[in-house]
Amino acid sequence: MKFTLKIWRQEDAKSKGKFVTYKIDNISSDSSFLEMLDQLNQRLINNDDSISVPGCPVHFDHDCREGICGMCGLYINGRPHGPDSAVTTCQLHMRKFKDGATIVIEPWRSKAFPLIRDLVVDRTALDTIIQAGGFISVKTGSAPEANSTPVPRHLAEKAMDAAACIGCGACVAACPNGSAMLFVGAKVAHMAYLPQGKPEAMRRVQNMVKVMDDCGFGNCSNVYACEYECPKEVNVTHIAKMNRDFLMANLMSEKESA
Amino acid sequence: MALAGIFLLVFLLVHLGINLFLLRNDGGEWFNLAAGFMSSNYLVKIFEIFLFAAFVFHILIGIILKIQNWMARPKGYAVSGKAKTSFFSRYMIWTGLTIFVVLILHFVNFYFVKLGLVDVPAGVADKHDFFTMAVLLFSDKMYVIIYLVWLVILGLHLYHAFQSVFQTFGFNHNKYTKGLKTLGAFYAIIVTIGFMILPVYFQFFFQP
Repeated sequence: MKFTLKIWRQEDAKSKGKFVTYKIDNISSDSSFLEMLDQLNQRLINNDDSISVPGCPVHFDHDCREGICGMCGLYINGRPHGPDSAVTTCQLHMRKFKDGATIVIEPWRSKAFPLIRDLVVDRTALDTIIQAGGFISVKTGSAPEANSTPVPRHLAEKAMDAAACIGCGACVAACPNGSAMLFVGAKVAHMAYLPQGKPEAMRRVQNMVKVMDDCGFGNCSNVYACEYECPKEVNVTHIAKMNRDFLMANLMSEKESA
Repeated sequence: MALAGIFLLVFLLVHLGINLFLLRNDGGEWFNLAAGFMSSNYLVKIFEIFLFAAFVFHILIGIILKIQNWMARPKGYAVSGKAKTSFFSRYMIWTGLTIFVVLILHFVNFYFVKLGLVDVPAGVADKHDFFTMAVLLFSDKMYVIIYLVWLVILGLHLYHAFQSVFQTFGFNHNKYTKGLKTLGAFYAIIVTIGFMILPVYFQFFFQP
């Protein structure tokens, strides 16, 4: 297959970026999107004659390449993770594109995700939110007896649906407001549904929402582009769960003594 | 935002209810009576303060949140998002601002006349004769066109607003969310069509 790639190139956070157009051919329809970029980079490294614009390889994030680490994330033709649904960029295959198609590749755009280079952005903000409450405070040690804390089946399922979030940031990238509500909603909900998460539920939702706001994410206006683009199909009922927990926490929580 | 929005959603139903009195062929007796009640009853006057607070709050917070949202993405995408979403959910600020601009005209035509800030139009008995004011305005074709377009935009704003309120307060459940969305569509249609009946009636069917 042949493609025309318009890729965002930017030396570093401070320099001015621009789109660079690459023509690439001889791509297998079975290769993944990242493998296609690997081939582009190899040809750039080899200074291959088939590449019209020489230069250093294109920087992009990737790790597991099996859709579970949340590291890859490219904004492809107006959609985070590209035209396929419920897959990450690494699971996207080139057969999803027409032969000879022009593909525009951009980094996630958000104030909270500063650009590092080319298509790589810094998603530390999501970790900062997790540090504010995405945990339960228990003594670790040997594994506890599995049946000592009964969890109703339907709640386990709900919690698991929320926990499917891999923290890739596609929700932020897709949202016209650059809001991280789906990510935070998933993280709040997945613990709030489980008995282990209950003791800290109120403090958790308040802290995580506060840090989310401080990180510079936008506000949710219920457009639901996040749900549409989420590679793990996390749905907006988790945002509603967070909203009502947040409301209840603000109404009911005790003042904490110093 | 949503709290003020709920208040405004309810208010529109009350407003529509009173407006529909215009359809009675009684020379505006019932309508003026209702409008008179709304501007003299003390309980209503207290609600009026809440109503204005809701308007100001809703508009101001809406603008502030939107500015924050624009700031959350300093550099936009070359290819705009292709996620399948409700089209008007993305343009609430613009439908909202359009509603606000025409709302000022609406105030100049009615509310400010009652307050005495604007002179009583010629042919109208006094500043409480809302019926004649409405009849005069609805006989003006240009005004009717603006009014109808305004209502369509209002309807689209309400369509997203109704279900959005429930999501914001955390009511989203597979038992009732589908029903709520349908109810929201009905609400938007009823309010829009309800208000639209009046200019159409006065343009084509009204016999003074």
